[in-house]
Amino acid sequence: MSLHTLRRWLGANALRIYAVIAFAYIFLPVAYVTVFSFNNGGRSNIVWRGFTLDNWADPCGAPEVCTALGNSLKIGVISTVLATVLGTMIAFALTRHRFRGRTATNLLIFLPMATPEVVLAAALLTLFLNLGVPRGFWTIVIAHVMFSISFVVVAVKARIATLDPRLEQAAMDLYATELETFRRVTFPLVAPGIAGAALLAFSLSFDDFIITNFNSGAVNTFPKFVYVSAARGIPAQAYVIGAAMFFMAMIIVAVGEVLRARRVPRG
Amino acid sequence: MVHVPIPTAEHPPAPAPSPRGRRWTPYMLLTPGMLWLAVFFGLPLVFVFLTSLYVPAPSGLAGEYVPAMRWANYSEAFVEYLPQFGRSFLYAGIATVLAFLIAYPLAYAIAFKTGRWRNLLLILVVAPFFTSFLLRTMAWRQILADEGFVVPVLKALNILPEGMALTASPVAVVAGLTYNFLPFMTLPLYASIERIDPRLLEAGADLYGNSFTVLRKVTLPLSLPGIVSGTLLTFIPAAGDYINAQLLGNRSTTVLGQVIDSRFFRIVDYPAASALSFILMITILVLVLVYIRRAGTEDLV
Repeated sequence: MSLHTLRRWLGANALRIYAVIAFAYIFLPVAYVTVFSFNNGGRSNIVWRGFTLDNWADPCGAPEVCTALGNSLKIGVISTVLATVLGTMIAFALTRHRFRGRTATNLLIFLPMATPEVVLAAALLTLFLNLGVPRGFWTIVIAHVMFSISFVVVAVKARIATLDPRLEQAAMDLYATELETFRRVTFPLVAPGIAGAALLAFSLSFDDFIITNFNSGAVNTFPKFVYVSAARGIPAQAYVIGAAMFFMAMIIVAVGEVLRARRVPRG
Repeated sequence: MVHVPIPTAEHPPAPAPSPRGRRWTPYMLLTPGMLWLAVFFGLPLVFVFLTSLYVPAPSGLAGEYVPAMRWANYSEAFVEYLPQFGRSFLYAGIATVLAFLIAYPLAYAIAFKTGRWRNLLLILVVAPFFTSFLLRTMAWRQILADEGFVVPVLKALNILPEGMALTASPVAVVAGLTYNFLPFMTLPLYASIERIDPRLLEAGADLYGNSFTVLRKVTLPLSLPGIVSGTLLTFIPAAGDYINAQLLGNRSTTVLGQVIDSRFFRIVDYPAASALSFILMITILVLVLVYIRRAGTEDLV
């Protein structure tokens, strides 16, 4: 290849080359976490000391890891269910009904997203401190539902907005009642949006550190565990859990994509 | 024939009129969720404001405060923590600019250059989110550490002088912020770039615009809504974040979040912590409103 053609090729593909580099950057820490989950590093997993499967065979091997993980999963599931139900109801009210106070409603949904986490965390803590509410498992759930609702509303609203209203009109024309139309037509069409919103709510909850740290009392969660052990070295088992969560999420997304591709034939 | 408008993301269908007797349905749908937000988001804001004016209890016990209206709490906290306050916004501002510079070409490439791989690549942009935020930040700490592989390479290439470290520095904090909030920038940018009609770009080129002129005169203005929401979605969480400063910084990179955390939990100085939280919230709200107005009145349209 002459220099000229090389330069032409580079010019034509500059953006693609850039994208490859950008993705390498995006995935570098994920690759690091995955590689070091196989490190025979003992308690502090900083230097590579050789390959082992022990961490994957016994992810609960390090003290506290699985208690923290269990709490995070429980909190994640409970807060996801609550936030998804509450947020979906709000999304339907906003898109399918007329009512007074729409502006105020939209504002109350927008504001938590425009407020930094540390402010949400501090504000909620002062509420609990003033009312003498002990912090623990349920105060974490309360906090996670609070910051997830807005994201669920936005995600479900976006899905409802893409619906073709003629489908619902057709159902009504075919003598379906309002409830039947909702159950057999509207809801199944919105369901993928609700599923996506739930996945978002779960990952927000599972990953949250700041708000949890302020309102958790003595209850440990996975991010809290990582933060606290950062000072003396994070055990490799934590990397196993991080990598496993990543690959599980990828599988869920892939299955979702396959299902979608099957349901909606191309063309 | 009845004309039925086809709804799109920009033009959602008008809400269907509620049938008779269903006037209460929207309120029943709204009440549980809005009540949750009112009690656990709205009410706490009232409490954080009230607490910011409290004074120490006469008992003198640490952590005991009584209601008062001491406005000096604000000026004292603000003056004492001005450097941390400034750093929070400086780091967040630099990280937002860097994230924009990295994300814009990436979003453009995904929108126009990747064809049927688009959806997959979009998922890959958010994929790192599924490993823990803290683990990713720790990973950067170790990648950039002296015993990692970046520092020896940079030193061998004489880019980094001997004796200099990448971790525990403002550079590392900003790099961590940039990395962690990159998807918040990329997705909105993609959403608005993807909507641009490629024929407009061709037209720009046909009218003798070189690629830079087309970018400046056509692409950037058309993607402005994405730029506005992307920068906001990056700047707001970055300004409040303190995990990056804590894990990647040193003692002279302390940001406001760390002060609020330690005021609450180590010094149990609730009024100062509340005052700082309130100042942070108001500052960000004002900045956001000014920014939206400027973007809206001068460049949008």
